[in-house]
Amino acid sequence: MIYFDNSATTKVNDSVLKTYNAASEEYFGNPSSLHKLGLKAYELLETSRKQIANLMGFKQDEVVFTSGGTEGNNWIIKGTAFKKREFGKHIITTEIEHPSVLNTMHQLEQLGFEVTYLPVDKTGHISADDLKKAIRDDTILVSTMAVNNEIGAIQPIHEIANVLKDYPSISYHVDSVQAIGKNLQNKFMDPRVDYYTFSGHKFHAPRGIGFIYMKEGKQLEPLMAGGGQESNLRSGTENTPAIAGMAKAIRLLKDKEAQKADEMEQLKEKLVNHLKTLDNVHVFSEIGANFAPHIICFTIDGVRGETIVHTFEERDIYISTTSACSSKKGLESGTLKAMNVQEKVATSAVRVSLDENNTEAEMDEFIKNLDEIHDHFQILN
Amino acid sequence: MEYTEIMVRYGELSTKGKNRKSFIDRLHGNVAKVLKDYPDLRMQPHRDRLHINLNGVDAKPVMEKLKNVFGIQTFSLSVKVSRDFEDVKKKAIEMMHEAYKPGMSFKVGTKRSDHTYELDTNQVNLQLGDAICDAFPGIDVEMKKPDIKISVEVRQDGIYLSYLTVKGAGGLPVGTAGKAMLMLSGGIDSPVAGYLAMKRGVDIEMVHFFSPPYTSEQALNKAKELTSKLTAFGGNIKFIEVPFAEIQETIKAGVPEGYLMTIQRRFMLRLTDMIREKENGLAIFNGEAVGQVASQTLESMAAINDVTTTPILRPVATMDKTEIIRLAENIDTFNLSIQPFEDCCTVFAPPSPKTRPSIEKTRKFESSLDIDGLLQRAMDGIKITTIEHGDKFMENDQENINSLL
Repeated sequence: MIYFDNSATTKVNDSVLKTYNAASEEYFGNPSSLHKLGLKAYELLETSRKQIANLMGFKQDEVVFTSGGTEGNNWIIKGTAFKKREFGKHIITTEIEHPSVLNTMHQLEQLGFEVTYLPVDKTGHISADDLKKAIRDDTILVSTMAVNNEIGAIQPIHEIANVLKDYPSISYHVDSVQAIGKNLQNKFMDPRVDYYTFSGHKFHAPRGIGFIYMKEGKQLEPLMAGGGQESNLRSGTENTPAIAGMAKAIRLLKDKEAQKADEMEQLKEKLVNHLKTLDNVHVFSEIGANFAPHIICFTIDGVRGETIVHTFEERDIYISTTSACSSKKGLESGTLKAMNVQEKVATSAVRVSLDENNTEAEMDEFIKNLDEIHDHFQILN
Repeated sequence: MEYTEIMVRYGELSTKGKNRKSFIDRLHGNVAKVLKDYPDLRMQPHRDRLHINLNGVDAKPVMEKLKNVFGIQTFSLSVKVSRDFEDVKKKAIEMMHEAYKPGMSFKVGTKRSDHTYELDTNQVNLQLGDAICDAFPGIDVEMKKPDIKISVEVRQDGIYLSYLTVKGAGGLPVGTAGKAMLMLSGGIDSPVAGYLAMKRGVDIEMVHFFSPPYTSEQALNKAKELTSKLTAFGGNIKFIEVPFAEIQETIKAGVPEGYLMTIQRRFMLRLTDMIREKENGLAIFNGEAVGQVASQTLESMAAINDVTTTPILRPVATMDKTEIIRLAENIDTFNLSIQPFEDCCTVFAPPSPKTRPSIEKTRKFESSLDIDGLLQRAMDGIKITTIEHGDKFMENDQENINSLL
């Protein structure tokens, strides 16, 4: 089996699973309980938070646990909108965000908020100039992703942050679900950013756990009201085993991060260079500083993405159409559409997404199969 | 740059005449206790300084620890160079590269403890200054308030260079002012009172009242953890836990509600005083602030204080709560103090305690109790432990957790 669908989800790491199981058995107490089982669980929870904060360069209080990326994005956007609605109802985002951002925006539009969607250029990048033009007196929030989940384009976070330096009252959120662990810190970590979203299952932690970074002093309206967990920001009994697992997964992720990213980049280059030699193939993920090392989006003209996915699947190779979240609905890629790629090309798009466990042998095997599949489908052209 | 040693300058103790030796010994001992995790350090206490030879140990964590120890005025990190003046120049310039940012001024200050050295103080200053000016064209020399001061010390075994001088905690070495008891509850104020007592050199011993099952093991651990935090300022602290449940139950059963608190406090003070006598202490410290709560009005203080003539010192007596909190944050006890475990003062707190108890009535209500018997049984149950710097009581599971994560 070759698993090249790591941006959809990753396989949970064995030692992370061990931590998860051990925490479930030894620390099953509710962290809010007064007795010592509760205190033990509380200690595990806070030690995990501290470890994550340290590894990420945050303060301990700035890390708040969620159920994952979708919740994080929903919460930061809605929580900011609800908190600041008296100061303005205008939000700026981009056309290429993940559905958990875009559909949240649509919900807010129904509630009377106005949303500006920034366009992207033909490489899939937004521009800080466009952002500057879109800012209004009543703008309360800017939300831009760090790494696009469909083609891997790295957005100019520092340039946007630079523009926003002149607008201290606008909150700035960066969806960094696809950016963590790819040695891209110097591209998306910026002191002007107020919120980041992270999701555990994208880096070998269990499903159903994630966290947000919330800059000290910032305020969010909670979406979950209840027992006051997470400093009264996100109620609900804490998922301690998954949180401990995630803390471990981040430690493993950060170990030799640069080297691992480098290896992914080399595999990516190999595939991209090969794709460019094939006829009737478009590659949207370029090699270079503006693209993440782990995502390769391409099309084979005339063949629907779905068909390509299934053809690879028959060979025990797993890739996806552009975003797993919308791929079952047969929609064309939102990002490619925003890049003004023709619809018939966009519906052909598939995505290969790598991680640290993928090897050069797997890539060679993939390329061999790709050639065969590509040859086969030339009958359609 | 690889630093060789930390030079510690003594604080107020320089003025203490013939007690000097015991002051230096104390400070040396306190520093050694706080740095016990670094056995490779070599300490050489001298008349006017303490030299800590780093012996390969990373200076940063050591300096963090030193910052807290009372009795230290300043300390600086220095590097030892051979007596060859060319070496001195080279190292000084290397240091300037580390410290210098465009626009900064500098000066060289030299001290010679070895007067046989080929250059005298002025020559060292001038020649080194010239060398630095050559290496950093346009740099300003500033005698009064330089941004960077390169200190040179000529000793027999070599020449010591430093530019970084860190302010110490000041105060007097803990233990030089004698011994006293601190009534430690677990709240915000008493650890601050303890800190201030230590600042003036008092060797404090913690007296903590606990009342299982009305109070939890965690409340006790919290008091111990607070004690552990205070060891940062002067080394080991004795922790004395006093069982208090029987006294509280007896008082609750036999005394009008308005006087519960006053009489409880009188018992606490009596017990603390008895312990003080046993431990050869001279005074009692507590965290009372005038008017903060019912037990801390002047009337209450007078009614409680009635049981002893031992000096009761209240370092935070006149501070506002916000001032106390700021200090508690500085000494890193605040977050611990606000953890919500019931302590023995809150469990039996009457809904409306008298803010102006009368001493006569207090004595009268108390007289029906078997005071001596109660005190004796509490004294029989005390438990004494010594808390060392770095001891942990709240994070019992840290080792296992770390292995999981």
